Amino acid sequence: MINIWEVNETSKMIEQENLDVRTITMGISLLDCIDADLEKLKQKIYEKITKKAARLVAVGEEIEMEYGIPIVNKRISITPIALVGGAACRSAEDFVSIARTLDQAAREVGVNFLGGYSALASKGMTPADERLMRSIPQAMAQTERVCSSINVGSTKTGINMDAVKLMGEIIVETAKATKEEDSRGCTKLVVFCNAPDDNPFMAGAFHGVTEADCIINVGVSGPGVVKTALEEVRGKDFETLCEMIKRTAFKVTRVGQLVAQEASRRLEVPFGIVDLSLAPTPAVGDSVAGILEEIGLESVGAPGTTAALALLNDQVKKGGVMASSAVGGLSGAFIPVSEDQGMIDAVNAGALTIEKLEAMTCVCSVGLDMITIPGDTPASTISGIIADEAAIGMVNQKTTAVRIIPVIGKGVGEVAKFGGLLGYAPILPVNAFSCETFVARGGRIPAPIHSFKN
Amino acid sequence: MKKNIITVVGLDTIGIIARVCTYLAENQVNILDISQTIVQGYFNMMMVTDTSKSPKDIGVLSKELASLGEEIGVVIHCRHEDIFNKMHRI
Repeated sequence: MINIWEVNETSKMIEQENLDVRTITMGISLLDCIDADLEKLKQKIYEKITKKAARLVAVGEEIEMEYGIPIVNKRISITPIALVGGAACRSAEDFVSIARTLDQAAREVGVNFLGGYSALASKGMTPADERLMRSIPQAMAQTERVCSSINVGSTKTGINMDAVKLMGEIIVETAKATKEEDSRGCTKLVVFCNAPDDNPFMAGAFHGVTEADCIINVGVSGPGVVKTALEEVRGKDFETLCEMIKRTAFKVTRVGQLVAQEASRRLEVPFGIVDLSLAPTPAVGDSVAGILEEIGLESVGAPGTTAALALLNDQVKKGGVMASSAVGGLSGAFIPVSEDQGMIDAVNAGALTIEKLEAMTCVCSVGLDMITIPGDTPASTISGIIADEAAIGMVNQKTTAVRIIPVIGKGVGEVAKFGGLLGYAPILPVNAFSCETFVARGGRIPAPIHSFKN
Repeated sequence: MKKNIITVVGLDTIGIIARVCTYLAENQVNILDISQTIVQGYFNMMMVTDTSKSPKDIGVLSKELASLGEEIGVVIHCRHEDIFNKMHRI
């Protein structure tokens, strides 16, 4: 029988240390909605999403109530729209109209985000991929809940530099299209290398073509829990530190697994994966930077940050893998700037720069995330930043991503405000030297030698 | 059997257990086990309960217990036992 100390530990995690299930994401395949007639396609998409996800939010709330654990978000991921809309969309405007349909469907079922306004262009772009990419600025400006992601590279295919160049321009256009709201459109747009098919986290979630018709993926969180646990082992050696992270990650992930199984059973939809991620929020104490500082850094960004993040990421996986029957998605520590108060403080103190963040992305689960830069940054510089991140992902056989926001009308020293889970961020300076000639070459960076494993 | 674990935490005062148990009895919730301790002046209790005979569902019980807690000046939560079992038992 469970004892009072164990019960208190769990209660304390939930009530004081922000333990929550960050998201239940229903993945829905839209491949069977494909139609050459745009109106018919939109109707089928709307019907499938609203039918499959009709009970998603209600079931999420039921589980929340019964188990007494907050489930912060209920979301949907769908098949990349470039594949679904390819036959029907003759122009970028046609794609934008699909985005509006998706937004309506998301509103109807009550989810706060729907991901999958995406294209997979890691080796080359089809005309549909390119049309979808060119439609992103208007799609992000005209919708509230639709999230977009583009895969521009992979370890197996190399990096599609034409797509990288285009996405630099698209990010600037998206920023301009939403300039009244601090270029908020870019917070819903991610550029990936090695994008996972089963990621439940936004803005990069989509339902890959390798997936079943409908599945439930769950993303756990809990930076506050790890931080508090580590306070108990202050000054102890690395083995003790790692053991504590593992044990805590195990406990956090077990909750995610429980919620995933319950959601899957009640919705009668197969369970996909649990994504073992430490996802911070702007709430006090819910910070990945806070964990790194507890490990022994004066501020995140100090020498030692990359090593501390590497060990944190690895121990989270080691602890979490045993707690779940299937692990997937991004699984690791997230290091967004605007969504983590500790990261914001580090930027304000001058301890954290884009270059250090880039180094950190070599050893954590994602990439440059929720970083605000001056609004007059050239598109080619943004493409250069994307290429650097994609290269890190390609060579290290890991997922990397760029979610960067050039805030139109603002410069270094000013602050962009997005609100809610997206938080706010001081604008970071970007290296002013140009990479325009590099980006303008066009073509593809070939796959690295260690990808040839056959 | 529907096992739920009720936790009560707050400043110690006379009659906490009495008030909580009275509520549970009135709502046909059976108490299977109680542990209680005082940590640094704070009253700390957990009850393992069976709610299967209660006419009220777990959502209603949770809300009513939470407001009872507010009246007494303690925090009361009700959670399905599985969340504790999964976290602490392999």
